Amino acid sequence: MEWFARLGRSTLEISAGLGRAAYLLVGALFAKPQLKNIPLTIKQIYVVGVQSLLIIVVSGAFIGMVMALQGYTVLVDYGAEESLGPMVALSLLRELGPVVTALLFAGRAGSALTAEIGLMKATEQLSSLEMMAVDPLRRVIAPRLWAGIIAMPMLAVIFSAVGILGGQAVGVDWLGVDAGSYWSVMQASVEFEKDVGNGIIKSLVFAFIVTWIAVYKGYDSIPTSEGISKATTETVVYSSLAVLGVDFVLTALMFGTH
Amino acid sequence: MNSRKVEVLVGMFVALAAAALIMLALKVADRGISGNGETYVLKAKFDNIGGLKVRSPIKVGGVVVGRVGSISLDEDDFSPVVTLVIGKEFDKFPSTSSVSILTSGLLGEQYIGLQPGFMLEDDDILKPGQFIEDTKSALVLEDLIGQFLFSRGND
Repeated sequence: MEWFARLGRSTLEISAGLGRAAYLLVGALFAKPQLKNIPLTIKQIYVVGVQSLLIIVVSGAFIGMVMALQGYTVLVDYGAEESLGPMVALSLLRELGPVVTALLFAGRAGSALTAEIGLMKATEQLSSLEMMAVDPLRRVIAPRLWAGIIAMPMLAVIFSAVGILGGQAVGVDWLGVDAGSYWSVMQASVEFEKDVGNGIIKSLVFAFIVTWIAVYKGYDSIPTSEGISKATTETVVYSSLAVLGVDFVLTALMFGTH
Repeated sequence: MNSRKVEVLVGMFVALAAAALIMLALKVADRGISGNGETYVLKAKFDNIGGLKVRSPIKVGGVVVGRVGSISLDEDDFSPVVTLVIGKEFDKFPSTSSVSILTSGLLGEQYIGLQPGFMLEDDDILKPGQFIEDTKSALVLEDLIGQFLFSRGND
């Protein structure tokens, strides 16, 4: 009996949470745009985008390098090492670029967003904004949401480009794949709309998911130190799981049928 | 951190992202050079296209002159019809030209080899939308093995 009661309670809690998340999204995104919030958004693009640049560039370079190294050892057995270029480029553009960027972004920027907003709530800055007749959804949440949605696709594009260059550094300069075939076979098999375009669409979707979860978890956190730490953990866990799950669906839709 | 510095850094971030996108477009996807030129269409009917795919290259003596635009099945005689999208600068192929489906390397992907024929008269060139009459189908490995075994059985 107790078990059914708990099931019902948690179902109600999940539905209420989803409702609050949707309410927050509508209040932040579909409110009348305010021009004076644009500098706030630029400030947030600096915080979530520019400050994440280092981790994105470094991990992009290393992932490209390690893929070239692993791919080479397999491909060289079949004398197909000139396919290294498309292997590195396609897996970065279609999968690793958007997904790894989203995971790193969730850890680097999403957790910071949650902690920041959670602390604002704990120190009652959000309530004092409301008291001054300023809507915290528009003043605090909306710039962060927009900044995440704008910054992450750019980070994913940089990640893929750096990864392909890293793959060239290992594949061409170290392992001795011909530079001409690395680039030309890549150019023959990469299509701009299908591979680059779909990768950008993917990272837009991931940006939306990760940033939404991050600001919602912060806004909805229990305003204690324990509550904020729990919300930060949940942001990273939920957004990573959501990104990986949605990635499968998007991949099936975009590249599944040939 | 004053707002001027933030704006400059965000601007540099946007410029970096734009540069990365341009690099992906030009150097990785090779869009600027061959992607958006003027093209025209030829058609060819094969018996069997093997593993030919949309966007497989069309080569003349190894030089890529176009790509496969679409592959469909003729509703009357059930033979595959391939649409060849060829760059506008290569519009002087004689109508005696032939196309065959070839494989690059032993296990490589398949492409269309276009063999230009002799120019009999000056106006006798392939016009957009015209069918290329002389076609050779893809080599299917199973058929080859079957023929080989069959000819061995006759000995």
